[in-house]
Amino acid sequence: MEQVIANGLYLGAQYALIALGLTLIFALMNVLNFAHGQMYVLGGFVTYTIYGQLKLPFVVALICSGVTLAVIGALMERFLFRTVVRRSKREESTMLLAAATAFFLDAVMLLLFGEKQRGVPKIVSGVFASEGVILPYDRIMVGVIAILMIATFMLFMQYSKPGRAMRALAQDRIAAQLMGVKVERYSMIGFALGAMLAGIVGGLLVSITGVNSGIGGPISIKAFLMVMIGGAGVVGGAIAGGFILGMMESVGLATLREYGDVTYLVIFALLMIFLSIRPNGLMGKPWG
Amino acid sequence: MGSEMINRRSALKSLALGAVSLLAIAAGTFSAQAENKELKIGFVGVTSGPAAAWGTSNVRSMQTRADWLNETGGVKIGDDTYNITIVTFDDQRDPKRAIAGMEKMAQEGIHYVVGPNVDDGAAAVRPVAESKGVIYFPYAFPKALYTPPASNAVLGMVANYQSGPAIYKYLKENKGVKKVAFIAANESDPLSQRDSGVAAAKELGLEVVAEKDTYQNDTRDFTPVLTPIVQLKPDLLVLSGVAPANAPLLIRAARELGYEGLMSAETAQDATVLQEGAGELANGFISVGGASTPEIRTPVMEEFIDRYTKKFGEYNDESNTKVYALEYIVETLKANPKAIDNVEEFKKTIDGFSAPNPYAKDSTLKYVGATSFGQKRQLSVPMVVTEFKDGAFQTLFVGEVD
Repeated sequence: MEQVIANGLYLGAQYALIALGLTLIFALMNVLNFAHGQMYVLGGFVTYTIYGQLKLPFVVALICSGVTLAVIGALMERFLFRTVVRRSKREESTMLLAAATAFFLDAVMLLLFGEKQRGVPKIVSGVFASEGVILPYDRIMVGVIAILMIATFMLFMQYSKPGRAMRALAQDRIAAQLMGVKVERYSMIGFALGAMLAGIVGGLLVSITGVNSGIGGPISIKAFLMVMIGGAGVVGGAIAGGFILGMMESVGLATLREYGDVTYLVIFALLMIFLSIRPNGLMGKPWG
Repeated sequence: MGSEMINRRSALKSLALGAVSLLAIAAGTFSAQAENKELKIGFVGVTSGPAAAWGTSNVRSMQTRADWLNETGGVKIGDDTYNITIVTFDDQRDPKRAIAGMEKMAQEGIHYVVGPNVDDGAAAVRPVAESKGVIYFPYAFPKALYTPPASNAVLGMVANYQSGPAIYKYLKENKGVKKVAFIAANESDPLSQRDSGVAAAKELGLEVVAEKDTYQNDTRDFTPVLTPIVQLKPDLLVLSGVAPANAPLLIRAARELGYEGLMSAETAQDATVLQEGAGELANGFISVGGASTPEIRTPVMEEFIDRYTKKFGEYNDESNTKVYALEYIVETLKANPKAIDNVEEFKKTIDGFSAPNPYAKDSTLKYVGATSFGQKRQLSVPMVVTEFKDGAFQTLFVGEVD
């Protein structure tokens, strides 16, 4: 059982980090970013190229993943989403744009990085083994980094000037604008930050799970699942959703294995019941 | 003045002659090229998404071989010489799209199609292929596709129910394997491969300690899935129908959880992917390849690998098997030129067909499958069972299917 809990906590930490960027973009711009998984994959490929191919230090690769995705995120906001949000009154326009971006990124990555699964050498070797728990050191390290990043992100949102501005935007866009918050600038910063988080977590996890150009879609679906559980647009909700999903997966796979692959069936059934009772998820919207 | 005129006239004559010669050469070259007819060969399979590696290795093998044949003057079939054009369609692993792809091939007048890559896609295209006169070469294992009354599908590789028993028998006799656990993705191909693997293992008298464990194909972290299986301490863990992208992740997770037994798969894998994803943890992993190992490779295979690598930047070991389909199509058409637009003629040729295998030593191209399907509806490719060691596959044993 200890092993099951350890697996759940580790999965939860990485899931929460994946969901953070998605929920941030949704909170700021009301955009369901279907390309979030593809951004994660791109971050993984940047780290693969810099750390795995060019043999530069892992930290450098991770920074490059973050910066690359931040730039891409900022450009996407500036030239795509901002234009569509301004010109279209219909919410589904941004959803369609996000879906198109996801397909586009999928195709570009397939062309650039090929169809194969890619991996990099382990960043830390060895396995921690006690009587009830076995966990490789690299997973422990990634789990700790994920928790540190989540904490840093929350502190940034709580106490920094851009963080406060973005929270104000998420609460009430017009009121924030009337109070002098530069909406366009902070929307771009928020989108870049969300994309950067996806890139960093993609880079971080390439050392454990590798990366391939076709996994963006499934990653996005899982991220949406977490956000739905926790409550769209709520940072705390995304974190809670990540840990809940991680734990449900771990416990389900350990206890339901005799019945075949029913874990996700059960998770989806529970989610449907849960959403019918709490349609806004655990913490609802908006965050504040 | 007179001599100047003569010189000018000669110069003009020379120019005119030169121009005519150039035109004649150009026309000759053009007509030589134009003499070659076009032979379209189709591909319908998955080249995007998590399973993209399966179809991409098909397409790239076909394109590499077609370019090579065209470069050397084309393929002579009967009295005509053909340049080969590969027409591709990505079915995105969706049976509905596979049907659309096969219909597109039929509309373009294509009679020979490689693919689809998965069971449900291969089953879905059967009515279209049979009604529109298309012979197709799936990489899917359902016996119904190849057993009468079905007659238009030809299995492109060794099926798991053919390689599995051979592998388990070898491991039982040589490595003392007694307890086996199976794990498969929750999809039709891996599940059917798992079921036939379980049956084969039981028939050999092996104890099957896990036969219901499955995972989602898009799983990125296999530790939770493997934790209960590793605790059962099997001697052999079979990764049924595992995709090349998932194999290193499963191997790594099992080893990191302390699993010390053997691991095997009946699907083709890629050495680079295993090395990058699992490194030395993948040492000892057993899988089935095509004409993959240097021991049985011919110079033609070496050149194919070289050309593929130059064309696409990196070779894919799966192409050792995938290279065969186009070769079989071309050689069978050479053996019976009437089959160029008549698949019934192609079927008539299958039974007695034989040609030298350009890719493997001491081997011939021939159709097999009579034992498994009651008719010859399978390409004979070498069944090479390999063991992964330090970044490369080493041959454990070589077998043949009938």
